[in-house]
Amino acid sequence: MKNNTTLRSFDDNTHLYGRIWGVVAAVLILSYPFICMAIFGVGVNWKVFASGISIIVMYCAVGAVETFTYTPMLGSGGTYLGFVTGNLSNLKVPCALNCMDQAGVEKGTEEAEVISTISIAVSSIVTMIILVLGVVLISFLTPVLENESLAPAFDNVLPALFGGMAVVYISRNWKISIIPCVLMLLVFIISSYVTGSGELSGTLIGVMVPVGVIVTLASSRYMYKKGWLGGQETPAEQQQENAQEENSDGEAQK
Amino acid sequence: MIYQINAAEFNKNAPILYAIVAIILAVVVAQAVFFLVRAYRRGVKIGMSKAVLNKTMLRAAVFTIAPAVAILVGIVALSQKLGIPLPWLRLSVIGSFSYETIAAEAVYPGIVEDATIYVTVALVMTCGMLVSMFLPLITGKKIQRGLMHIRQKDKKWGEIFMNALFLGMISAFLGYVFGDVGEGASGWIPVLVFLVSALVMALCGLLLKVTKWRWINDYALPFCIIVGMAAAVPITMLLG
Repeated sequence: MKNNTTLRSFDDNTHLYGRIWGVVAAVLILSYPFICMAIFGVGVNWKVFASGISIIVMYCAVGAVETFTYTPMLGSGGTYLGFVTGNLSNLKVPCALNCMDQAGVEKGTEEAEVISTISIAVSSIVTMIILVLGVVLISFLTPVLENESLAPAFDNVLPALFGGMAVVYISRNWKISIIPCVLMLLVFIISSYVTGSGELSGTLIGVMVPVGVIVTLASSRYMYKKGWLGGQETPAEQQQENAQEENSDGEAQK
Repeated sequence: MIYQINAAEFNKNAPILYAIVAIILAVVVAQAVFFLVRAYRRGVKIGMSKAVLNKTMLRAAVFTIAPAVAILVGIVALSQKLGIPLPWLRLSVIGSFSYETIAAEAVYPGIVEDATIYVTVALVMTCGMLVSMFLPLITGKKIQRGLMHIRQKDKKWGEIFMNALFLGMISAFLGYVFGDVGEGASGWIPVLVFLVSALVMALCGLLLKVTKWRWINDYALPFCIIVGMAAAVPITMLLG
């Protein structure tokens, strides 16, 4: 009982600290334009601002969708940190997933929560260090980073990242991968041929990540219920497993 | 009136702007350090080996290098239009290169040389992330509790549920890679980069199986990213 209380209080504290840090960070980030207004003694040009409202609305919607999509993947600590430091789909989520996998922890457990938080924290710190170094040395680095022959390398980080990841995760979970992968390939290839360009894919990806998640969850649930992913656990088996887990947690606490 | 007299002359690379951004980012780094220390201690307390936790830190650091350099390229790309401090802030915290570029271009196409435009662009770039900044603070606990409930109710489905979440994301990015194929030969560049990276990962897996060198497992994905990015250069020369 004492162990359960300790576990709960740690989790509650994670949410409490996460919210406090999140509010502080958000207020500071939001303050930048207003501090600039005070420094330069100017106000907002509302006519110019109005031209950006549609973009703001669109990205607020994407932000809402990302919150519900990525929060379950990152765990509590990882979520509060990841949504402040950003670069979720191109860095933090793949990094956390890779680290959880390498550490051999089961996703959704407290061990996974620890690994996810550590990986996102380290990734955030390393990113900051690289960006600070980059900003300090920008006059030396600009010719290299803006070199036209290197541009394709930096334009293709996402394909390079997801190529390696896809092999690992699709091969391990091929049954639940087929339906979403085929669907997503069809959506993006058809949209590309219909528009004759890749312009739409940048906008589509924001919407298609949650769609992919929902389709995968729905199809997996169907397959699970049908027994295609192995048998369902009976309530007795579940109770036994929960009891075993509680015992092992208790031993770890001691 | 006094306010206007004391106002500084506009410079999008003014030292004061660097100082403000540095202070904001220092707080963000402090948050990362706070959660890192807390998670590490918790890991030790629940019986996780320090070796696993230390290795996780090393893996995360190595994994981050290539994507972080790509983010730096984004700062360089935006710096001509907006100076360095604003892109440095926006790409170091919640935001993305695509959003910041689209927002900045939609509000003001061209190089920003006026303070009013600068603060307006900065405000639009910041406002787009309002939901991403505040919604997780409101919903985070409920979502995590919901997941815990799913796992407690049916552990096996809980495992499948978590794998399905990640696969949903991976499947969307698999499709995204094919999103340019309608453009012609150049549209196949991301597809070929994806395949190179996938092939390298498959070879790493094979090598691991044959040699049993466990360190391959640790660095396979960062290695795939770097080889894939490097392969993009000759592939673009051929198809671009």
